[in-house]
Amino acid sequence: MTTNDIINPANLVYAKTKVMNDVPMHYCPGCSHGVVHKIIAEIIEEMDMQEKTIGIAPVGCAVFAYKYLDIDWQQAAHGRAPALATAVKRLLPDRLVFTYQGDGDLAAIGTAETIHAANRGENIAIIFINNGIYGMTGGQMAPTTLLGMKSSTSPNGRTVQLNGNPLDITKLLAQLDGTCYVTRQSVHTIAAVRKAKKAIQKAFENSMDNKGTSVVEIVSTCNAGWKMTPEAANDWMVENMFPAYPLGDLKDL
Amino acid sequence: MNDSEKHNMEEVRLMKGNEAVAHAAIRCGCDGYFGYPITPQSEIMETLMELEPWNTTGMVVLQAESETASINMVYGAAGCGKKAMTSSSSPGISLMQEGISYLAGAELPCVIVNVMRGGPGLGTIQPSQADYYQTVKGGGHGDYKMITLAPASVQEMADHTVLAFDLAFKYRVTAMVLADGVIGQMMEKVVLPPFKPRWTENEIRQISPWATLGKPTTREPNVINSLRLEASDMEELNLRLQGRYREIEKNEVLFEEFSVKDAEYVIVAFGTTARVCQKAVEMARAEGIKAGLLRPITLYPFPTVKISNLANKVKGMLTVEMSAGQMVDDVRLAVNGRIPVEFYGRMGGIVPSPDEVLHALKTKIIHR
Repeated sequence: MTTNDIINPANLVYAKTKVMNDVPMHYCPGCSHGVVHKIIAEIIEEMDMQEKTIGIAPVGCAVFAYKYLDIDWQQAAHGRAPALATAVKRLLPDRLVFTYQGDGDLAAIGTAETIHAANRGENIAIIFINNGIYGMTGGQMAPTTLLGMKSSTSPNGRTVQLNGNPLDITKLLAQLDGTCYVTRQSVHTIAAVRKAKKAIQKAFENSMDNKGTSVVEIVSTCNAGWKMTPEAANDWMVENMFPAYPLGDLKDL
Repeated sequence: MNDSEKHNMEEVRLMKGNEAVAHAAIRCGCDGYFGYPITPQSEIMETLMELEPWNTTGMVVLQAESETASINMVYGAAGCGKKAMTSSSSPGISLMQEGISYLAGAELPCVIVNVMRGGPGLGTIQPSQADYYQTVKGGGHGDYKMITLAPASVQEMADHTVLAFDLAFKYRVTAMVLADGVIGQMMEKVVLPPFKPRWTENEIRQISPWATLGKPTTREPNVINSLRLEASDMEELNLRLQGRYREIEKNEVLFEEFSVKDAEYVIVAFGTTARVCQKAVEMARAEGIKAGLLRPITLYPFPTVKISNLANKVKGMLTVEMSAGQMVDDVRLAVNGRIPVEFYGRMGGIVPSPDEVLHALKTKIIHR
């Protein structure tokens, strides 16, 4: 095969989606956010929804999501993304509306907005990045931080006595009548990325079919916050996060 | 008269101030109302739910889980270029302050109705004007201003709801209708405005090209956002906002005068208190006292120039409020020490009587 064969468009096997902007990302090397962004961008292109999508960005590391995906965005106050998405979807029912939120945003400060949007069955998709830590502010304890896990505000490891229990909010959301699809995925292997992509696509399709609220949790790494190499962070996630937050569908109506 | 002719006409009705807000919102083409119940303004959402505008104009009405959610739903709707509003009373408005600051930072137009009750804390459901500072000085973080309209009648509850949307979109700011429990609850004759159709999406694209309606291939993405990490970018946003506020201060001041022309003493009061003070002025005139009333209709922008000019003509001013004295600060700033400015007020839900006001005018100003 010659160079000309390789660059022949007929032989193209992969191309970066045009919904992804050509800008350097601020995410740390090894972070899960970049992969999830790419999946979402690919799905928006494949569903031909670029002109009809409104994304709601959180406060947290993904506060800059609007820099990377070439769609209309609203940046929400901390935790309030589901309230914004509720109004956007109700006023523009033929648009694809999704929120992109971390564990602090969705499961601590925004718990009420998350639960009530899901309980009303708003026709939105919630993409939930659970890395068990506040990445943006420097690695503080999150609602999903595991027992024994160290963070800058639980330097000796989280204890029930001092900090309370980790919150499995996805399990809680699956129990609400308003949710139609609740799943937990990850992006640490090629196979996992493919499954996560299928899950997010299903969530987006549900939103367009007015089936109710879909929640896709991505159990993720924060190797910088966890103070590990990207590879070690993946291993640590498999060994420690997956037992507490097992992958798979919690609800699929 | 056929239905469509009826539809295009004003309509005279007897109703509560809160009900007038709901009717006016539907008639002026409001796209979305998001609220949470709280006395003394719950009739606004109750009336909307009763009228079911989603079946007529297509307006969305949603009872949210909290005032925090309501104001953020307003943010989401306003970000789409839609005419969005919420309403609440003092404690609920306190809860909205975060969202109000974000709305200001993101340059989003919207309308908030605050039917004030007595505070601090859970306070009382009786009427008050003690949210003046919170409203015109900025209850949320950062340098921002809200256009503030102070209705003194059920008619103005309707008129100000319509005007608030016009001003909000003219300047891309929040416009607040700052009423008190009396104005919200009392019934009066009101002429409801004619129906205006809601904006189509094409109209929104023209009026608000920044709106997030989905990104056509012909333009860059629209991003509704108040984040500017670079200090110079953040200062630029602030300078733009301040420039807009100076325009508002130049163009949008509204006030009403009563017996001011030959007055030696002027009472300054807004909302319900202004109506009480008008009676006090009539009583003073009957006694031969040359008293007048200046009623600021916009609390922000404040009628500073008008009051400053009056200070060159009259002997003293009395500010009357249902608070410990908040607007009086702005009156004193406008007067700048040239004549005496005194305050009389009642708190905790007590409405002062005309007798009390006249007595205060005599003892604090005329025979001081």
